[in-house]
Order: sequence, then C-alpha cells, then structure tokens
Amino acid sequence: MLGDLGADVIKVERPGGDPARALGPFYRGERHPEKSLYWFAFNNNKRGITLDLERPQGRHIFSGLVAGADFVIESFPPGYLDRLGMGYETMNQINPRLVVTSITPFGQTGPYSKFKASDIEIMAASGCMSLTGDPGRPPLRITFPQSYPWTGAYAAMGTLIAHWQRAQTGAGQQVDVSAQACMLWAFSHAHTFWDLNRHLEKRAGSFMTGRSITGAKMRVFWPCRDGYLNFIIYGGEAGRRTNQALVEWMDGKGMAPEFLKQKEWRAFNIAEVTQEEIDRMEEPIARFFETVTKKEFFQEVIKREMLGYPVATVEEIFQDPQLYARDFWRVLEHPELGTSITYPGGFARLSESACGAWRRAPLIGEHNEEIYGGEMGMTKREVEKLKSEGVI
Amino acid sequence: MQALKGLKVVEFAAFAAGPVVGKHLADYGATVVHLESRVRPDGFRTHYPPYKDNIHGLNRSGLFALCNSQKMAINLNLKKAPAATDLAKKIVAWADVVIENFSPGTMDRLGLGHETLKKVKPEIIMLSSSNMGQNGPHAEHAGFGSQLSSLSGFTNLTGYPDGPPQILYGPYIDYIAVAYGVAAIIAALDYKKRTGKGQQIDLAQYESGLQFVAPLLLDYKINGKVAMRNANRDPHAAPHGAYPCKGEDSWCVLSVFSEAEWQALCRELGNPAWTSEPRFASHDARKTNEDELDKRIAEWTSQVAAHEVMEKLQRAGVRSHVVQTMKDIYSDPQLQHRGQWTELEHPEIGKMHYQRPPYILSKSPAGPERRDPLLGEHNAHFYREILGLTQNEYDALVKDGVID
Repeated sequence: MLGDLGADVIKVERPGGDPARALGPFYRGERHPEKSLYWFAFNNNKRGITLDLERPQGRHIFSGLVAGADFVIESFPPGYLDRLGMGYETMNQINPRLVVTSITPFGQTGPYSKFKASDIEIMAASGCMSLTGDPGRPPLRITFPQSYPWTGAYAAMGTLIAHWQRAQTGAGQQVDVSAQACMLWAFSHAHTFWDLNRHLEKRAGSFMTGRSITGAKMRVFWPCRDGYLNFIIYGGEAGRRTNQALVEWMDGKGMAPEFLKQKEWRAFNIAEVTQEEIDRMEEPIARFFETVTKKEFFQEVIKREMLGYPVATVEEIFQDPQLYARDFWRVLEHPELGTSITYPGGFARLSESACGAWRRAPLIGEHNEEIYGGEMGMTKREVEKLKSEGVI
Repeated sequence: MQALKGLKVVEFAAFAAGPVVGKHLADYGATVVHLESRVRPDGFRTHYPPYKDNIHGLNRSGLFALCNSQKMAINLNLKKAPAATDLAKKIVAWADVVIENFSPGTMDRLGLGHETLKKVKPEIIMLSSSNMGQNGPHAEHAGFGSQLSSLSGFTNLTGYPDGPPQILYGPYIDYIAVAYGVAAIIAALDYKKRTGKGQQIDLAQYESGLQFVAPLLLDYKINGKVAMRNANRDPHAAPHGAYPCKGEDSWCVLSVFSEAEWQALCRELGNPAWTSEPRFASHDARKTNEDELDKRIAEWTSQVAAHEVMEKLQRAGVRSHVVQTMKDIYSDPQLQHRGQWTELEHPEIGKMHYQRPPYILSKSPAGPERRDPLLGEHNAHFYREILGLTQNEYDALVKDGVID
C-alpha cells in the first residue's frame, strides 16, 4: 500500500528468496520461485534485495538500511529480531525517527503471543469462523486466505498514523499489529448481539440473521440459471423500493402472485417481520430467480435501481464494464517472462497524486547491485564477496 | 500525546464505510463530527439490530455505537437550502478532512461537491467512499456492502464446492475499504504538508475489495483458472480444517504445512498405527486421502476439550486455535492483554464493549474514551463553542429546522 502511494519500498529477502514465493497460483502453473502469482500480486511496486540477517555482516548491512529508512515493516515471530540484536530498541537508537511496524498473529506480548498461526487459526481466534458455515457442520474460513491482506491493510493504517505523528514530533515509534485484532472488524458487529442482549450470533449457512427482532432469517443466496444471486428482502427506504421493483419485474414476466402485488411495502417493517411472512414471500421469488441469468440480474438491478448483485466469479469480474469505464486494470511488463500481466489498479483515486501498481514485483536479489553498490556505496568487489559468502 | 490530535474531521456519512474511517481517526485523537438530522438519522440507528433489550430506539443501536465512539453528533437538515448549505460550508471551513459516503452525485446536488468545497477551503481533503466509484456506468447504483461482497468475488469463495455460497457476516467489504480510506486520508495529509494542496479521494469499495483477491484475478487472466470455494481446504497444508471437540458445538482448527509439523502432530496423537500408513506418509499422500485423514483427526479431537487441543498442539509447535464464539472474544486472554475492548457506560445501552484499534502505537495512547453520541447531542457545544455561532444565530437555525 505504501508502494502504491509512491514510497520507495525495498523488500529484504533471505538469500534464495522469500518463502512466499512458494505460494501458488503460479504463472502457467509452473511451480518456480520467480513465477508465483501470489508473490507478483502482493509485492509489486517494490525493489528487492537479499540479505542474511542471521550473520553479523548481514546485520551490519541491515543497520545501514535502518539508518536511511523512514519505515521498517517486519513480521518475524516476537523476540526474533531482539535475539539477533536488531530489535526495536536497537533500531530506534540507530534512527530515532524510524517507524517500526511489527506484524504477528497475536501481537508482540501477551499469553498467546508465542502461538503459531496461519490464516485458519487467525480466522478461528477472531471469531470469524463461528459465523461462517452451515449449522451442524464445521465452521468455515473464506477459502482464499483473507487475514493476510486484512492485517497488511490495517497495519498500513497504523503505520501511517505513526508517520503522521512523526511529522509533528520528529520521533518514530513501534506499531504492534495483531492479525487476530485486525480480523475483529471483518465480521462487523455480530458480537454486539451478545453484549447488548446476551444473544449469540452463529453461523447460518446461506441465510442472514440478526435483522429482525423476531429472529427471522432471510435467504441471501438464490440459485439462478447459471450460478447464484445475492438478494435479500430488506427493509428501509432502499429495501422497500427494491421489493417493489422486483415484484414489478416478476409481474412483467407473469410470475408475481397476487399477494405480492397487493403488498403495502411502505408498511413493511423488516425489524419485526416473522419467519412465516418471509417464507411466504421467498417462495415465488425463488421460482422467478431460477429463470434468470446472472448477467440479466445484474443489468436489471442497475436499471431498476434495486439492491442485490450476482455472486461473481473472477471471470465475471473481468467482464464488468464499470471497471473498464474507470480504467481500473493496470498492465505491467514482465520482461523476464517475455510478457505483460494485468493487475488490479489502485485501491483509491487521489485527484492530485498517483496511487496504484506501476512496477512489477522484484526478482530474487534483483536490486542487490543497485542498492548495495549504487546507493550504499559498496564497491563491486565488496558486493561480489558478500555474494560468494552467501550473505546476499 | 495522541498521534492525530488537532486533526479536524466532519462526516457527511452514515452506516459503516464512511463513519468507521472517522472512528479510526478519532481513536488516535482526531476531533470527529458525525452529521445527521432528526429527519434522516444514521441508518444504523434506525434499521439495524441489535437494539438494547430488543427495544428499538435511536440511541439504542449496538452497531451505531461500535462505529461512532469518541465522536460528536450534530444535526443539520441538508434539505433546508440555502441556510443548511451555508452552515455546511462553515463546518467544512473549520475541518481538515471531509468524509462522505452518499451515492455519487448527491454531494453535488446538495451544493457541496468537491469543486464547491475547494472554493470554501482550497486545501480541504475529501474522502468520497462509494460502492463503485464516482464515475462509470454503475456509479450511481446504490448498494450495501453485504451484497457488494458477492460482486467482488468473496462469497463465491466461501462454502463447499458442491453447495451454495455462504454468507460473510455484515458488510464485509466496507471494512476493507475503511482501511484503504484511512490510509488514503493520511497520505493526502502528508501530501498537503509537502505541497500545500488538498485533494479528493475517490474510493470505490468494490475496487478496494478486489485488492484482497488479487492473486486469483491474475490466475484467471493468465491461466484461465476460475477460483472456487473449497471449504476449509488449503493446497499447501493437510490436515487443515476445523475439527469437533468435546462439548456442544465446540471446535478447534489446526493446520500442518511441513513434515516436521506432521511428525509433531503424530507424537501428540500418541503415534497411532494409522499415522504410519503409506496413504498418510507424505504431504501429497495426505492431500489425496484428506477426507480419511480428517476423520482420523476428528476421532481424536472429539475426545478432547477445544482449549486442550490448542494448548497441546501449540506446545508441540503445531498451529492450532479454538474457534472462538462472539462471546469468547470478550474474554480472550490475549485480546484482554492488549486492551482490545474498553467498557464504557451509555445512558440507554448501559455498559458496552467499545473496540480499540488493532495496532498499538508505543508513543500514542488510543481511545475511545467516550461512548458514541446520542442523536444531536453536541448541537449546542459544536455550533456555539467550536463553530462560534452566536446564541441568536443558533436559536434561529434551530427554529427554522436547519439544525434539527
């Protein structure tokens, strides 16, 4: 994210390359450290160097980088850098302006700070999984790991807040990020049901709960001709307009039963609706949606100003005209593969400053010479020696 | 001192995508004003349970409380032009940052578009957070984050391969956009500090969300592969899932990525004979026979309490965690150690757990220290003390229904 905003980000990898290079998917399915699409997607806009921090020489070089940096972002287990003599206190002595962001599953200190976790443990620890999946079957995570980008994005917030304080005071600080804590926001306010009313929100499969004080649950996912639609019987102004528009659309195809046509939507109160009423409404709607394609639904939703979207696949995301009209996609050259690759564009558009992908992810040690030689002033022989000794 | 002390923010915003950006700024000391009116209160006050004791009320919403702690709430009926527009401009002149999440075009129609606000205050930073962005054929389509999470691919990736997509609780994608919104605002503040220039940030929640599935977008574009939901499975690990434990609806997750972890897991299981069978002898073999593997693991976990599974496996160096419920996260010792929740008293809700930031800054204390505001609670204080209206001006605006 800092790179997207124009920062000069140097990725420091262990000699041989970062373990994330082993994560798929891979370019043309070829398992190779220079072909990980996971790596490509989350490391563009950076330059890359290799460095063995476990060697004294490596730490000496790292101190040099620390002295000239505005930020250090690290995700080692708590205490690892301290054991190497490169912990926050040391970095702060070298460069008192430095913002050091430390990212771990549970935080730098505390009873579970030493616990190991990958995405699924973070999703379990934050409670997210207790809200996903069918009742009576195991709690689920989102199949594609989400806690990593979530934690990265929230860590960027904390990093920039510390950066803003430094702009006023001149002093750096440490930002201690917990992935578990970041994920607490992902599933919104489910926990407040317990807090306020001692009601425990739980996984409800394809249904939405918590919208009516009667405990009624509403269907969210409806089979259509070529997949699924996300449509919910909502209340409120937009909900009533949507329900009305849907009935008109159904009626146009002769599929709206009389009771739906007669329904007084202005008097419809979602917060007090009963399960019986919801079930009665959902039955003809389900029959109607089975006759509709995702594309047709999306077009009608836009045209009729209804709430709802198709359950899109990555393929359909690439067909969305909105993203082309906004010139969202970015093509970056990959000369090492003799090709160019399409990336998602920036996370936001700033009217005065650029934001987005502009440089592909680095190859292993791609900028060793540029940075160690050019910018840190080492001679060609020194760089060669570090290389032959395996420090870089 | 708090990192964002002195920063002044006004929200022409409701629900989550705008106000939670303000909440994160307020947690580090920014002065944040949440603008509503009695005619049009924040939708979270009016339409979204839970309400305390299931009794509906404008000041009884847990969701509003969560998203608006530490802020001031003022009323301004923007429909009462031109007096309301003039007053809104005065507030903008006071502020450093404007956050709005109306449908694109609404601020223009209210006479408060970016071009106008720039004339009021050239260095203003304006975050416009919307579903699909400020331009393009779908720009004006209003929608909720709970459904946008489907358009952006997330729900297609949740559930069993042979079943329907599954719901992600709440407006999942809104809180992704929140992180990007906060980052963009601070980047814009930094840019202003260096150049003197303000700017508008056009944040499409849809485009923010797509960042979180970026590798899968590349996989489709390059390899033609359409990613699908696959429950708790992971290509790099086996076993990898949630397993039933002793007790009702009690679960523990565990994951094994390396051979060393597999050996450690087998030791904790007591090295039963099945663990040395050829069909579980390597990662690839375990992936091939994963259903059978899951059954064996579940046989063991069902005899043990979830916390015991977690403690035992973590001690052995195997990743594992209890699947915590929405009740457990309040008493989780690690979150308590970090001071993740702060209990504040609210006049209608009573004691409530307000949420503190997920990052701890070593030199800046974090809030919230104040509960969320009641509707219009800070009218007099903000308009009189901070904006400097005279009593007569204030009374007239109240009487005319502008401050209402």
